[in-house]
Amino acid sequence: MDLALEILPQVLVDGIVLGFMYALIALGYTMVYGVLEFINFAHSEIFVLGAFVGVEILLFLQSAGQLATLNPAFVLLLIIVAGMVVSGFAAMALERVAYRPLQGSPRLVALISAIGASFFLQDGLRLFESLWRNTFYLTYPTVEILDRTVPLTASLVVPVKSILVVVTALIMLLGLYLFVNHTRVGTAIRAVAQDPDTASLMGVPVNRVIALTFFVGGAMGGLAGVLFGLHYSLVNPYSGFFPGLKAFTAAVLGGIGNIPGAMLGGMVLGLLEAMAGSYLSILTNGAFGAEYKDVFAFVVLILILIFRPRGLLGEKVREERG
Amino acid sequence: MKGSVAPIGVLVYIVVSSVLAYLHPQSVLAFLLFESSLLLIYYLPAQPKMKFILGAMVLLVLLPILGFINAYYLEVAVQVGIYVALALGLNIVVGFVGLLNLGFVAFYAIGAYLWAIFGSPQANEFIAGGFFPLAPYWFFIFLVFSIVVGAMTGVLLGLPVLRLRGDYLAVVTLGFAEVVRALVNNLDKPINFTNGPKGISPIEKPPLFFQPALEFFGAQIAAAKLYPLYFYFLVLFLVLIIIFVTRQLEDSRIGRAWKAIRDDEIAAAAMGIPVVRMKLLGFAVGASFASAVGVLFAAKQVFINPESFTFMESIGVLAMVILGGMGSIPGAILGATGVTILNLQLLKGLSLWLNSVRQSGAVLSLPFLGSFALDQIPVQFEPAKYERMVFGLILIVMMIFRPQGILPPRQDKRN
Repeated sequence: MDLALEILPQVLVDGIVLGFMYALIALGYTMVYGVLEFINFAHSEIFVLGAFVGVEILLFLQSAGQLATLNPAFVLLLIIVAGMVVSGFAAMALERVAYRPLQGSPRLVALISAIGASFFLQDGLRLFESLWRNTFYLTYPTVEILDRTVPLTASLVVPVKSILVVVTALIMLLGLYLFVNHTRVGTAIRAVAQDPDTASLMGVPVNRVIALTFFVGGAMGGLAGVLFGLHYSLVNPYSGFFPGLKAFTAAVLGGIGNIPGAMLGGMVLGLLEAMAGSYLSILTNGAFGAEYKDVFAFVVLILILIFRPRGLLGEKVREERG
Repeated sequence: MKGSVAPIGVLVYIVVSSVLAYLHPQSVLAFLLFESSLLLIYYLPAQPKMKFILGAMVLLVLLPILGFINAYYLEVAVQVGIYVALALGLNIVVGFVGLLNLGFVAFYAIGAYLWAIFGSPQANEFIAGGFFPLAPYWFFIFLVFSIVVGAMTGVLLGLPVLRLRGDYLAVVTLGFAEVVRALVNNLDKPINFTNGPKGISPIEKPPLFFQPALEFFGAQIAAAKLYPLYFYFLVLFLVLIIIFVTRQLEDSRIGRAWKAIRDDEIAAAAMGIPVVRMKLLGFAVGASFASAVGVLFAAKQVFINPESFTFMESIGVLAMVILGGMGSIPGAILGATGVTILNLQLLKGLSLWLNSVRQSGAVLSLPFLGSFALDQIPVQFEPAKYERMVFGLILIVMMIFRPQGILPPRQDKRN
């Protein structure tokens, strides 16, 4: 038990970082589900795209010899903004190409198209990087300031990159919350989510609101991608699969379609996963260990869907529209 | 007299294409031409009897002969057969019942590991006494047993999740498949059930019970030469059984109930169809097909590891069903054949061609773009590795332009 207590602060820090990451990605799923009632399966690739934009800019700066000389705050801001913008537009383009032609068809048709888009984008990214760099496993160059550590207490040392993730995510989540709840456009998004037909009658340009929702969700995913890359440093076109599915689980856990729910769900899932990763092997005397942490989320997902399908904060799910 | 022209034309086509395939054993194109003769037969405006004879001639006589000469053809045919069987299984779940199962490969994996564990020395790790591997004839017992196990796992997974709405169900089945894969990957400790990522080998093949008979007739064929043919006929037999069962189900009360649920669940429930029980049944039938195919796959491969049972496999089978047409038996067959051949032959052929181009070191001069040394093509660019892109494109394009698939199910005129 001593060991368990000793590592607890570190586990909590890992869990919180992971939780914010999941929360950011989960927003993309939940916002799109809110307005269109379908799972944007390709959101995990939008997330990975953000990570690739970040690494490409950093590698470019490095090869130009500018990485060490430029102000690190400027560099970080640059890659975060670039990642968000590119991912946001990519999500919009995806909606235009793969989903909008399917409006009005059964829900599963759109879902299958989304799965196709996901697979296509994975290999599209691989194709691009293979031709461009002759490898598609990329490593983030070190940004020196991120590897410094800050001692929070005598025994707990936190790297700057973890703080960066938490602070950036907090600012963005707060900004998003204000945007959705206190602006005209945000009201339009909520109106479409509640009832697209009525919203349309009230003069809300539904298609533009949907596109905007994809942009905002995609930008959050792109941000998560850049932060993921900065924190874990290795990216490849397929690294979105597990974070994406876990974030989807987080969205369902919080109550799909519900923005604060996505944040809460992400946090709960991040903490649970960090704990499972560290404590599973201690609890079972090494019989089961961290190798199960990737599927831990699925077990959580199956349990929620059986016992509380509307999630922690969700309202009763609307009836199937067929 | 006009009616007999088409069959003769097809017959000529079959003969010419099989001669071509025989003369050019390396040519992908010749084999493709030969394989598409089946499609021609399907479209042939002739008596079912005539089609049946032509089809039997291609599948039972010509293909085995070609394959006996060139084992690669049989390898492709067996792969195609395995995917056809899987696609037919998924077609029941997705096409008939209308449930999107993204974890279909899990049942396939369960079947494969079932035979792999007991048909190899692996089971000695946790059952003392050195009984394993089981004798080859157990293969057939396991083939039947796997149907039961597959159906049971299908029901076990289905019970809690089938009440969910369609898109949630999709993600949960995907999660289930990943859980199965993680278990297979990691259950080499604390007790070694699956040997983890290292995989299991050697797995017993089915018994060559007919070899004495062959020898009696004076045919001395080495086992190594005989096995590919044997697996070919086993797969063909399995596919025919699956087609038979599926067709029987399609027009039965059960099949009609499935389609009613697919088209309108609430109306189906109102008509007194036990929705959840019917969904469970569909799930179980699909799962049992997949797990029987898994047993065959394990025996054919001799070695299996978790790599064969990834999410991509599930989506690949889904792409086959969608391409051919959800709910259509000929569609599932066509889709599976097309996609498998595309992957096995066209993409691989493109990769090989690209390699040879790269090694030639020639310089290509393009108008406006300048010259380009062909050995500069990045080595990471290998068309054979882009299966996901193919599957993805198939799914998007079909959903947008032709959601009913290439060979949609025929409309039932009795309604």
